Amino acid sequence: MQAGQDSLEKVVCETTVEIKNKNGLHMRPAMQLVDLANQFDCDITVNNSENVVDGKSIMQIVMLAASCGTKLKIKAEGTDAKKAISAMQELVENKHFIDPDSAD
Amino acid sequence: MKFVDFVCFEAIIPELQAKDRDGVIAELVSALEKAGRLKKPSREKIIKSMIERENEASTGIGKGIALPHVKYPGIEDVVAVIGQSSTGIDFSALDKQPVYSVILLISPVDNPDKHLQAMESVFKRLQQERFRKFLRQSRSAEEIEELLKEVDENPAL
Repeated sequence: MQAGQDSLEKVVCETTVEIKNKNGLHMRPAMQLVDLANQFDCDITVNNSENVVDGKSIMQIVMLAASCGTKLKIKAEGTDAKKAISAMQELVENKHFIDPDSAD
Repeated sequence: MKFVDFVCFEAIIPELQAKDRDGVIAELVSALEKAGRLKKPSREKIIKSMIERENEASTGIGKGIALPHVKYPGIEDVVAVIGQSSTGIDFSALDKQPVYSVILLISPVDNPDKHLQAMESVFKRLQQERFRKFLRQSRSAEEIEELLKEVDENPAL
């Protein structure tokens, strides 16, 4: 923690996304999600209503075993939280990860 | 899912002979074939597609663990096998460290949810430092089988 940061408001951002690729959040999409999360400084957690896990840990994200149709709550805390949330939402819901296995 | 539901204990290799990634994959797939879990003509194809998958993105997730996996049409149910290397294998892992425990998984093509469930079970345990340590310290197939059965019986462990 740096001195002089106290005046900065802590940004907390949250969104719910739905997994839309048919193979679900298997290892490769999970890695994409974790790679993206790691590009931000904020703390990121992902919640599937049973478990809350670290969005920057591949082991924890794969553990969610989120299948197609699963809704995940993503929460970010930190100065770039807003950016992180919109980037992650974009990856999951608009890009559907870049998952070659899911091409129908 | 429990380990007993998808791990083929007869195929476990407590000390892998192969010293490189592709050799390890071939050794483990061959062990599954020998244990009667694969039809013979599938072997080469599975090895090939697993290596291709690995070349696209390493499944070496760090902390000495790799999970090569592939979906294959000829497989009826998810099957996994474990191999260990005391010398360590270069899997181009995310943390650039050698891999000591390899969990290889073959899943049917038409059941993505089951594949996810098996991965979930594996990752849930692999997250635990204690489990990784016990796995790495196991010196025989029996010890690995015992460890897996023990955690199956005690979800709280």
